[in-house]
Amino acid sequence: MVVKKPEGLVLITPEGLRHDGRRPDELRPIKMEVGIFKNADGSAMVEYGKTRVIAAVYGPREPIQKFPLLPDKATLRVRYHMAPFSTEERKNPAPSRREIELSKVIREALEPIVLTEEYPRTVIDIFLEVIQADGGTRTAAVTAASLALADAGVPMRALVGGVAVGKVDGVLVVDIDETEDMYGEADLPVAAAPDIGLVTLLQLNGVMTREEFSRALDMALTAISKIVEMEKRTLRSGYVEAGGSEL
Amino acid sequence: MTQEKRLAGKLVLPGDVLDSDVQGERPFVVEEGGVKRATVIGLVREGEGGKKSFVRLKGVYVPKPGDVVIGMISGVGVMNWFVDINSPYTAVLNVQDFLGRPYNPAYDDMSVLLRIGDYIKARVVAFDRTRNPLLTVQGKDLGRITSGVVVEIAPSKIPRVIGRKRSMITMLEEKTGCSFFIAVNGRIHVECPSREMEAVAVIAIKYIEQEAHTAGLTERVMRLIEEEKSIREVS
Amino acid sequence: MSISPFRPPITPLIVKENYLAMLGKGVRPDNRDLKTPRLIEIKTGVVEKAEGSALVKLGDTQVMAGVKIDVGAPFKDTPDQGVLMVHAEFVPLASPLFEPGPPDENAIELARIVDRSLREVNAVDLGSLVIRKGEKVWTLWVDIYVLDHNGNLYDASMLASMAALLDARLPDFEELETGEIVVKRGVRGEPLKITTKVVTVTIAKIGRYLIVDPNLEEESIADVKLVVAVDEKGRIVGMQKSGAGGLTHAEIEAALDLAREASTVYFKALEEAIAGRRG
Repeated sequence: MVVKKPEGLVLITPEGLRHDGRRPDELRPIKMEVGIFKNADGSAMVEYGKTRVIAAVYGPREPIQKFPLLPDKATLRVRYHMAPFSTEERKNPAPSRREIELSKVIREALEPIVLTEEYPRTVIDIFLEVIQADGGTRTAAVTAASLALADAGVPMRALVGGVAVGKVDGVLVVDIDETEDMYGEADLPVAAAPDIGLVTLLQLNGVMTREEFSRALDMALTAISKIVEMEKRTLRSGYVEAGGSEL
Repeated sequence: MTQEKRLAGKLVLPGDVLDSDVQGERPFVVEEGGVKRATVIGLVREGEGGKKSFVRLKGVYVPKPGDVVIGMISGVGVMNWFVDINSPYTAVLNVQDFLGRPYNPAYDDMSVLLRIGDYIKARVVAFDRTRNPLLTVQGKDLGRITSGVVVEIAPSKIPRVIGRKRSMITMLEEKTGCSFFIAVNGRIHVECPSREMEAVAVIAIKYIEQEAHTAGLTERVMRLIEEEKSIREVS
Repeated sequence: MSISPFRPPITPLIVKENYLAMLGKGVRPDNRDLKTPRLIEIKTGVVEKAEGSALVKLGDTQVMAGVKIDVGAPFKDTPDQGVLMVHAEFVPLASPLFEPGPPDENAIELARIVDRSLREVNAVDLGSLVIRKGEKVWTLWVDIYVLDHNGNLYDASMLASMAALLDARLPDFEELETGEIVVKRGVRGEPLKITTKVVTVTIAKIGRYLIVDPNLEEESIADVKLVVAVDEKGRIVGMQKSGAGGLTHAEIEAALDLAREASTVYFKALEEAIAGRRG
């Protein structure tokens, strides 16, 4: 959708920098924490710049309210939800069509990663709350879910991470924020597990040539490798802090 | 104190490739496309003769036939109890098994035999993930728990409470004079000569859980017990 | 909340094995090769009371789309554009798996894929739908009605929506002195200004094979699907990975090439369907 850019907003400077001063291939400052909640079996917080998402994992467990469970694998339940205060204008807390779709897309990004076949007739709940939205919430949510699943000890083939690449004034840029998303020409959210070379979330909102797409996907996968490395450092740090240096 | 602590092995994360000679059980170690990977956070520890094994630090308990567990009665059925065994799967204990004879509703009152909230020691008889695990209390040391305390820790930390060649548990028994019944589902039944010593034993177990990933743990637990004993003036 | 689907129809394991054997030879049980869509039949103008309509058969899958046009207010941030709304209904008569009720996540996902594919490339020139800037614009309701679900609802629904939009004409209207707009239903005015046609091409991955336009059986054994929206210039105007699986980088690139190739088949079918109806 073409929304008119406000006067004076420069998305790409003559020097090739972005409106917040980043280079096209530069991520926002990223912060990660695990084990932030006591009740959940696993939990995490992830920040990409001003975007902040928290994740909690419960399970594998018996569901509190009975519903048909899969006989040959665990059922994944994923809720992506935005806090009413996370956006410029208050967001109605009832699930929107967008949140329903994103919950599905994120669930399908996690299903190929989790070894669901090991826990038939159980449910694994993954609750994702966007505390502040400034672009890239679904991909930050995948990263948070990955950390929370690892924290919960749910067996997974590999860690996953997500990032959105955008096309802004014709330039491909990584980890777009809300401004770039709103006034840019394209948004390509990607999630992948670099350790096993699998892309598990892929959407494109916008227009790209065939060649642009290939470059954009490359950029996304490079950024995701960095993000998953950060996940690993975060998970390790819990042990190094508590347990001293590694052997 | 933190500086001298080392990890009790090499820390590995989900997706990390393991050497092909590392021993580990599915689902915590999987082999796909000829590559062995860890699926949960754990340690690769080297044992005798350089034998390397993967020890998980996280995750739930999944029952296996033969496992001895401590369960808590959580519900009553027509001819059975439902038992919480700290697992995604609720276990079942049949009333005939508990009685060791046929059940006669005319004079057997299930709600008196076992109450909701009672702990039992039981063995898993059968479990294949398609039906709930079946328990038996017929066997030595099994049955209702009537005294002492039950401490609950993460099931993944149980091996550390036992220690290599039972080193940890032997030390615990010697230093506290308590008896420890360790169930693989993360529950430990502790019976002690005194309330004070019981408190010391519980503190020691919780410490082992928290520090399960570090090396030289037995030594530190021993010191902790001595400290706690002097604070509480028990011996 | 999204829950792993509880799938009642279980595909026999042997079916997948047979498929993999056949796909290895480059053929499918319904006599197609891997990159050819099923037979396409498009009828437009199938509902007189709708401003635009179409019925699409893609193999045994049938989807109807209707366009209703009303006068409404523009969105605050786009005062100089008309409004486009896409909705999808999985009508219970269309499949033993569909149940009455509000649209589930699958219907919402489908509608949003079609919506984005149209919107991102401004396929319907929304700027041409302004009656009085900031006050009165045309609102286009595209309603997708799935009638017979035999696989690949994405491509069939996109074709139906596109054909219905191509078929649609703005109704005649009268502007009263009070400023009120009175729509004269039944009097067909100008056709909508379509800047480019858009189609989606769905690629399913079964084992290590990629196939175009999966039927229901193929969908049931597919590991994952990739829906690719393509415009007439061959640009990629939308994309969605759907299903609980993943793709490698190389598979994604290969799927895009397949999608662009197959899109020409869909464009040709659209072309033939509307020949003579517009202008």
